[in-house]
Amino acid sequence: MSTVRVVLPGHLRTLAHVGAEVSLDVADPPTLGGVVEAVEAAYPVLRGTIRDQATGKRRSFVRYFACNTDLSHEPPETPLPDPVVSGAEPFMVVGAMAGG
Amino acid sequence: MSGVRVLVGTRKGAFVLTADGTRKDWQVDGPFWGGWEMYHLKGSPADPNRIYASQSTGWHGQLIQRSDDGGKTWTPVGNDFSYATVPGTHQWYDGTPHPWEFARVWHLEPSLTDPDTVYAGVEDAALFRSVDGGQSWQELPGLREHGSGPHWQPGAGGMCLHTIILDPSDAERMFIAISAAGTFRTNDGGKSWQPINRGLQSQGIPDPEAEVGHCVHHVAMHPSRPDTLFMQKHWDVMRSDDGGDNWREVSGNLPTDFGFVIDVHAHEPETIYVVPIKSDLEHYPLDGKLQVFRSRSGGNDWEPLTNGLPQSNCYVNVLRDAMSVDGLDDSGIYFGTTGGQVYCSPDGGDTWSAIVRDLPAVLSVEVQTLP
Repeated sequence: MSTVRVVLPGHLRTLAHVGAEVSLDVADPPTLGGVVEAVEAAYPVLRGTIRDQATGKRRSFVRYFACNTDLSHEPPETPLPDPVVSGAEPFMVVGAMAGG
Repeated sequence: MSGVRVLVGTRKGAFVLTADGTRKDWQVDGPFWGGWEMYHLKGSPADPNRIYASQSTGWHGQLIQRSDDGGKTWTPVGNDFSYATVPGTHQWYDGTPHPWEFARVWHLEPSLTDPDTVYAGVEDAALFRSVDGGQSWQELPGLREHGSGPHWQPGAGGMCLHTIILDPSDAERMFIAISAAGTFRTNDGGKSWQPINRGLQSQGIPDPEAEVGHCVHHVAMHPSRPDTLFMQKHWDVMRSDDGGDNWREVSGNLPTDFGFVIDVHAHEPETIYVVPIKSDLEHYPLDGKLQVFRSRSGGNDWEPLTNGLPQSNCYVNVLRDAMSVDGLDDSGIYFGTTGGQVYCSPDGGDTWSAIVRDLPAVLSVEVQTLP
């Protein structure tokens, strides 16, 4: 089990009643899909807000960043970068830049 | 003294407006879920403290909120709106096949008798039901799987199921409307559906009198006359007196018969209200004058109601779910605008005043009459 720092976008912080960053235990081996599962397990209200509940597909206006890298298009089994696993860097769930 | 609670959904949050029966002094609470699109909020007729709300954004999808204390506190409930069967395709704007995809909940219709039962009309068009207070949702697939489904097409706002009317005299019968498919009725609790669009004429489809394909904007019914339905179509105000089997136009002397809202007075089943909009190209009132039109004869003869409404330089729209009526003795009429005003007439439309003027664009208005 790894403890991963996760940064959530503003609307999801409000829904989950959390601050800018949360720490979550992610099952080994820590992967992209595993961290999203950990977010949904810790905050069930966020189910469906990051990825589609039926297909598991990332919502098109949500992106994943870590270590200055865009991981949005990587498959769920992609290992998390070492600095994210060690806690040195956060995993960021980001609302796509769009007006309105 | 009895009072009213007005539930207002806007592009950027929800608001709850409350007043006593005089409807003069208003308390404004909100925004709830600021920044989210609140397409619709509606209270249970069986328990006015039970309110359901549809919350969505393009970023994070759909949530449903539920209040059990009249809107003071809210709890997120189920938001899994998975189609019951593999959805096929409907027509895209250009007539090509387009996959059916869930986008959002447009309308929530609580049961007339059970606070835990609520229907949801969604985009892409389908009807869902929850019997556990919104915790879980099941599609009634007989509607989407009606043979005409591949010929349905989206209106400008998307292919939305926006109107759900429950028949108070027959728990098995309900009516729904879809833009742009038309109106449908079930007589068996939602298992099977039939299109009820005979008499509608629409110029934007290859066959103006087709069985489906009509852009119905809203339908209203007085609970004492469940066979009489009033419709604001894209163009044309229509009426049926046989449960939707046949429609006839009652636009009469309206200055324009394009519009979105239509509603019926709480105590006068032949008194109806519309807000004429200039055209399908110009979604604002004619000549910059915001006018509600009232017919006391169930259509054809209409009178403008302007006292208290802006009569110059007004270019707002009034969207399809943004009109409601209360059940007080002197029935109040309410509507909200895309300019953020919510207007109230405590005397059936004779005089109007703004409860609020500067909300985000109003998507929906529902009023609860409180004991």
